[in-house]
Amino acid sequence: MTAEVPRMAFAAGGERVLATARALRWQTSDFHEHLMESLYAEAARLADRAVTRPGRPPRFDLDRTIDRLVTSRVWGFPLMILLFALVFWITITLANIPSAWLSSLLIGTIYPALQQAAQAIGLPWWLSGVLINGMYLAAAWVVSVMLPPMAIFFPLFTLLEDFGYLPRVAFNLDNVFKKSGAHGKQSLSMMMGFGCNAAGVVATRIIDSPRERLIAILTNNFALCNGRWPTQILMATIFIGSLAPAYLAGAVSALAVVGVALLGVLITFALSWGLSRTTLRGEVSTFSLELPPYRPPRVLQTIYTSVIDRTLKVLWRAVVFAVPAGAVIWLSANLTIGGVSLAEYLIRLLNPLGLLIGLNGVILVAYLFAIPANEIVIPTVLMLTVLVSRTSGVGSGAGVLFQLSNAGTLHLLQAGGWTLLTAVNLMLFSLIHNPCSTTLMTIFKETGSRRWMALSAVIPLAMGFAVTFLVAQGWRLVAG
Amino acid sequence: MAEERVVAPADCAACPAHHTGNLRRLGVDMSEWDYVVALAGNPNTGKSTVFNALTGLRQHTGNWPGKTVTRAEGGFAYGGRRFKLVDLPGTYSLLATSADEEVARDFLLFGRPDVTLVVVDASRLERNLNLVLQVLEITDRVVVCLNLVDEARRHGLQVDERRLARDLGVPVVPTVARLRQGLDLLLRTIDDVAGGRTLCAPRRLTGVPAELDQAVRRVTREVEAAYPGLPNARWVALRLLDGDERIIEAVRQGDLADLSRPAGAALRFGAEAAR
Repeated sequence: MTAEVPRMAFAAGGERVLATARALRWQTSDFHEHLMESLYAEAARLADRAVTRPGRPPRFDLDRTIDRLVTSRVWGFPLMILLFALVFWITITLANIPSAWLSSLLIGTIYPALQQAAQAIGLPWWLSGVLINGMYLAAAWVVSVMLPPMAIFFPLFTLLEDFGYLPRVAFNLDNVFKKSGAHGKQSLSMMMGFGCNAAGVVATRIIDSPRERLIAILTNNFALCNGRWPTQILMATIFIGSLAPAYLAGAVSALAVVGVALLGVLITFALSWGLSRTTLRGEVSTFSLELPPYRPPRVLQTIYTSVIDRTLKVLWRAVVFAVPAGAVIWLSANLTIGGVSLAEYLIRLLNPLGLLIGLNGVILVAYLFAIPANEIVIPTVLMLTVLVSRTSGVGSGAGVLFQLSNAGTLHLLQAGGWTLLTAVNLMLFSLIHNPCSTTLMTIFKETGSRRWMALSAVIPLAMGFAVTFLVAQGWRLVAG
Repeated sequence: MAEERVVAPADCAACPAHHTGNLRRLGVDMSEWDYVVALAGNPNTGKSTVFNALTGLRQHTGNWPGKTVTRAEGGFAYGGRRFKLVDLPGTYSLLATSADEEVARDFLLFGRPDVTLVVVDASRLERNLNLVLQVLEITDRVVVCLNLVDEARRHGLQVDERRLARDLGVPVVPTVARLRQGLDLLLRTIDDVAGGRTLCAPRRLTGVPAELDQAVRRVTREVEAAYPGLPNARWVALRLLDGDERIIEAVRQGDLADLSRPAGAALRFGAEAAR
């Protein structure tokens, strides 16, 4: 035992207390157990005195009946997939209408009006370019692409959460987590990650053991976050849904999104399993998971909070990052060296690598822009594609697009050389790449270690490149 | 242990500058508030709903355990006094085996809130009381919010809140926070406890085996001698005997000494002189 030097004078009394306590602790065995026992006994006695059961318990226990179904070994997983697919199907089918309406308003009406106004007051072309073609358009895009699906998806997801379904999902997944050497509570922090990975990383505080907490932190990125759902939904709608007959399109795209989300869960298991057998080896701790009672969600308040808390917050974050990005993109598209714009240089530089992994230079550049926020991937991709492919609709300068219906986006992207493979690999890469800088900062704060922060960026990035590369090679082998 | 119950004299309770220093160190800005109310409870008892109902904030409330792992803060006014409400992470115990439990316990121990509101699920009373009993060991000024009484009724349970209040020695207010039922009485009770108009005489844990009890008494006496004025000497003794690293550290670093040399001593006289 090392000698402890009291730091301050008054600590001397404290040391005496500690010495007594230490001595007595060795004399009394099982102090902790005795203490807990008397605590539990007391609580049981008090509860027993205060609680009476005047009525007989209800004959039919609805909660238990639902629980038996949704956590059943046979029906649990299929029901879960069905329920999530339903949520996405509603989102995808309904989002098209306001999306088209918003884009005709923001891009079809307001945008030309702004340009005319700029001309009328004689703004220099470069200034109106940065302001209107860069910043305004980027913001308009973010709003019209992201607002409708989010405004439908988040309230639906929040209703499921308020109803009490998510802990049941966690219950279903718990066993698999334990088998992969992780803590069962990781299923809860993963659920949180489906909203925001930074929040998911903070939520790992509920896990006691540092080893299991690190596993949960490193794998949280594979829960698709708010910023990535729109990318998934858009790609699934315009590329995968369009393969199916019209009446099935919504269902097919919904299943594609659920498929990607489930793949994320599978990767979480696989990586947890790998980590718990290599660098983070150790015992699995046990815990009890409480299934809260089902509560009828208060629909109006849920819609209110999910619109304010999630939809507008995410949208605002996207706009905040998209506006400066819009300016940078416009500038990089219009500043030329030897007749070639900066953006094109960058895209050409990254294009060979992009094509090798079934993506393209535009997407990789967009992911560079999107390091602060995944939300701006799609707007950046669209802007850069217009710029590179010089599609019709390019107005007074490069980097401008007028139309934004789903069909319009599809045409635009196809003109930019996109295929089904590009869309599939973009969905995969969106799932498997480095977390946004906010999440990385949170990981640093929670772990206090640069090494874990770096690893949680490098591992998924390497996996993303590997997966998309393999898919692209396989695809090309089969498709010729 | 009669000595510990003497601690909350009304004048000290009414003193607004109560432990401001410690609270500031915990990141609580007290410049605009008269009292601090800590909100504790098991996960999924409707703690966040109570928080929102009292503060009017609309923090998202999720129906699942572990939603709040950090501290949320808000405020409300009642009877012309301004209360700062600090929502602590939901925990089953205060033994601090995980980060969220530690946040909750440190705040109760070192922040010394004027009132601690423990939200309790009426339909799961026994398990919830484990936490209440632990909170009562740390602090006297506790109000128990017996929430979800509608759900308990649905399960055929009737909770006698008066008997519970008598047994615990602190006020118990039945509520359905979701539907804002019982909140008026809750506010008045918090105000009364904060202002010292309701004095709490919390139950301390009994039924500790004799040989343990002797050890507990001995360490308690030494803690009291080393830190006169410490309000929860017995609890500290229990934790030390249990080998709680955080409390041992607090003894070593002198954090505990800070608590016993109350921001109180000087300020209390100031408050009395002001009357």
